[in-house]
Amino acid sequence: MKPTDTTNPDYFHKVVDCQWGCPAHTDVPAYIRMVAQGQFTDAYMENRKSNVFPGILGRVCDRPCEPACRRVRVEDKPVAICRLKRVAADHRDNIEDRLPKPPSKNNGKRVALLGAGCASLTVANDLRPLGYDVTIFEAHDTTGGLMRTNIPQFRLPPKVLDEEIGYILDMGVDLKLNHRIESLRALLDEDYDAVFVGTGAPRGKNLEIPGRYDSDRIYIGIDWLESVAFDHVRSIGERVLIIGVGNTAMDCCRTSLRLGATDVKVMARKPRGFFKASAWELEDAEEENVEILVNHSPKEFVVEDGKLVGMKFDLMEYKVGENGRIDRGKVTGEKFIPCDDVVLAIGQDNAFPWIERDLGIEFDQWECPVVDENTMMCGREGVFFGGDSAFGPKNIIWAVEHGHQAAISIHKYCQGEDIEDRLPMGLNLESQKMGMHEWSYSNDYNPASRRLMPHVDLKQRFKKLDIEVELGFTAEQTIEEVERCLNCDIQTVFTASLCIECDACVDVCPVDCLTITANGDEAELRKRLSAPAENTEQALYVSAELPHTARVMVKDEDLCVHCSLCAERCPTGAWDMQKSTILVPYALDEARVDQPKTASGGSGA
Amino acid sequence: MSYIAKPKISHPGLRKNALGLTSRDYEGVVSTLCAGCGHDSVTAAIIQAVFELDIEPHMLAKMSGIGCSSKTPAYFVSQAHGFNSVHGRMPSVTTGANAANRDLMYIGVSGDGDSLSIGVGQFVHAIRRNLNMCYIIENNGVYGLTKGQFSASADIGTMPRKGMPNQQEPIDPVSTALSLGATYIARSFSGDKEQLVPLLKGALLHSGFSLVDVISPCVTFNDHEGSTKSYAYTRQHYNHVINVDYIHPSKEITASYAAGDAMTIYLHGGDTIILRKVDDTYDPTSRASAFKYLRERFNAGEITTGLLYVNETRAEMHELMGNVDTPLSKLPLDELNPGQDELAKLQADYR
Repeated sequence: MKPTDTTNPDYFHKVVDCQWGCPAHTDVPAYIRMVAQGQFTDAYMENRKSNVFPGILGRVCDRPCEPACRRVRVEDKPVAICRLKRVAADHRDNIEDRLPKPPSKNNGKRVALLGAGCASLTVANDLRPLGYDVTIFEAHDTTGGLMRTNIPQFRLPPKVLDEEIGYILDMGVDLKLNHRIESLRALLDEDYDAVFVGTGAPRGKNLEIPGRYDSDRIYIGIDWLESVAFDHVRSIGERVLIIGVGNTAMDCCRTSLRLGATDVKVMARKPRGFFKASAWELEDAEEENVEILVNHSPKEFVVEDGKLVGMKFDLMEYKVGENGRIDRGKVTGEKFIPCDDVVLAIGQDNAFPWIERDLGIEFDQWECPVVDENTMMCGREGVFFGGDSAFGPKNIIWAVEHGHQAAISIHKYCQGEDIEDRLPMGLNLESQKMGMHEWSYSNDYNPASRRLMPHVDLKQRFKKLDIEVELGFTAEQTIEEVERCLNCDIQTVFTASLCIECDACVDVCPVDCLTITANGDEAELRKRLSAPAENTEQALYVSAELPHTARVMVKDEDLCVHCSLCAERCPTGAWDMQKSTILVPYALDEARVDQPKTASGGSGA
Repeated sequence: MSYIAKPKISHPGLRKNALGLTSRDYEGVVSTLCAGCGHDSVTAAIIQAVFELDIEPHMLAKMSGIGCSSKTPAYFVSQAHGFNSVHGRMPSVTTGANAANRDLMYIGVSGDGDSLSIGVGQFVHAIRRNLNMCYIIENNGVYGLTKGQFSASADIGTMPRKGMPNQQEPIDPVSTALSLGATYIARSFSGDKEQLVPLLKGALLHSGFSLVDVISPCVTFNDHEGSTKSYAYTRQHYNHVINVDYIHPSKEITASYAAGDAMTIYLHGGDTIILRKVDDTYDPTSRASAFKYLRERFNAGEITTGLLYVNETRAEMHELMGNVDTPLSKLPLDELNPGQDELAKLQADYR
């Protein structure tokens, strides 16, 4: 193998699994260390730089970082990254003087943002400090989009939303509530320099089976949740069936329990392991005694005398292939399940009835606009998409990242620059050595197990719709949990010319990830390392030829716990522990046009 | 040394031996030697060897004297027996222990100071008795613990970090052992575990005295330009004559060797060692030719390594003395000590 090119920022970035897994590339280990030091405000600002809504995401993020966490590979349960984000948000001081300030004079460019959800708000957050005149059009009478209408208050209190959205609006955003855009053509005819569409995927999927329209007690999940959020719906029958087993279904079943239902069943077409819902959302629903019935495929709504009495299901049986895929299944029987109400939570579609089809914007077969994944611009110049409206339903953190990228594009577009010519990611490395055996971080491996989020008592929580179930980590839990982070951003950096091949690092490595051996091609090399290197998703870090024997140092990045022992045992300093800071460019960095073309990484906050 | 202990976490794919243990289970406490010390690599090689031999930790006794080298038994197989004796007296203590319990496997770890200066008398007599033990010398040419004075194994002309070169003849433990009739003599290098681990395994299974002289550089006091026991010098002057592949009796010999360059040695206990000659003029079963070869190579400035001499025909201490098979420590008291009357009879025989 060739020596690993560590000048490419992606190499060390990938080692920080959580940061690499996060669409917005939040520097997770860095903020966890700040939380560990009690620097909650700094931790909050570190988060805000990349993900803009730490308080919201600290509660309801889809957490792509957690399944990616190295700890999963080392001992099964990831660090409770999301919970620690909430710790930073809950305990921060007033941050208003640390927020970016809009300039005293605007730059004369006007940008229209459609929808007051997380995508549009991120664009506003990035463009207002550059002096753009930003207008947000929102159909409802309140901000937040699906974050407010579809996530129940017992998971995400309105106060948290109001605060974090307020930080952005207070930069001088022109917010037009109750202002539904009925025609994009009409908007484009107005005097805007750019338009950003962040209107989400607002159409809940329907279930066209017999009986669907014979009762008024069959609801579309996201519409029903919205009605609950706006206080239009205040009760539901005792027996409720939820169709579908995604995250919306979990919100629907738990909301039902708070509106008077006592017997809530979630009906899954497939077996466990093939559910769309996140594991932790399933857990929380099952804790509330929601029953999940698997292998039930909806067949018919049964309505007698105009009253919904239940549903018929086909009982299914599936085969799981060797590749882990499930087949279409076969029907083995039929079952009737009585109920008073049914909520359909089987997915969402994009819908743009207000976008004329002759504006130069292409749509695919799923009604999704054709949007460039890097620039977020569609076929019509100056029109950008982000969030669920761009590529179909994803999640908040993806919407935020779309917003950051769209803001860069909008800025470059408005300034007449090439929107494809964007700043690359950058990388800083900084040694963390403080003394002979001292490092600037807590390097010892802590075997503590993942802390469990304390919840409001099961009886108490159903009394009102807005009692937040999760209480947040206690100080004791926080202290334990932060130590579980393996500090993957403190990189093991090797300098081949200093190595005397004494084997000290190889001998001391607790997870046997180091080998000094003759070079070879990757597949062959992986077979003869100190311990099997079977996870090909994780890179091998290969050195230049070593001075004494022309062998190479090979590190399997897979299970390294970043304990620093290799560097402590190295007599010549060939190994060093260096903090990698990934410099993620934001619109503010692009705006420094006269500066050299590197991202500052720290300026976006 | 490090401030933190080696974390208990390990690679989930770690191999297990016949006892269901991993190599991590054969570790000891965290080393307090200098970072990069060759002795830590020897420790790792010992761990690897005893792990691969499926040795039950409680059947192992770790013996040592004084010096950097003699600290190392603390760093492997924590569950084994251990005795850290007076300076240079490890061979006597091991002789006593072995006399009392011949069932244990004895591994003595010593250094060039402990074995070739203060303890040289003990060292030579342990060889003479053909004491059944594996005797490792972690040989770095200096007294590291007292800040790097030359030891008895320092070569003529080798330079200290500061001051005059050494003028005195070195004592070579390998030639010494050869002249005294040791039955398993090997030399290796802490930086070459591929060679060292099989040599140690053979040494542990050999019946009788086995010496493994390991060049183990002192990274603090003897790893500079002008030193003849540095990592760089050892690698540059390495003459590797015999490869050892240890083979378990239960395993078939599957590796194929070209005729003439392979040599099978049958050990007392039924185990087998396959030697592969790198230099096919070398005969590791002839004391005379081994001695001649070593001197020639030494004069040419080379460090000859590998299994340099092996003799499976000589009886070890217990066999020479005609002792019972049962360890003395396990004999019932009335057998071990038949009483005054028996003693009187015995003495009468000599009158």
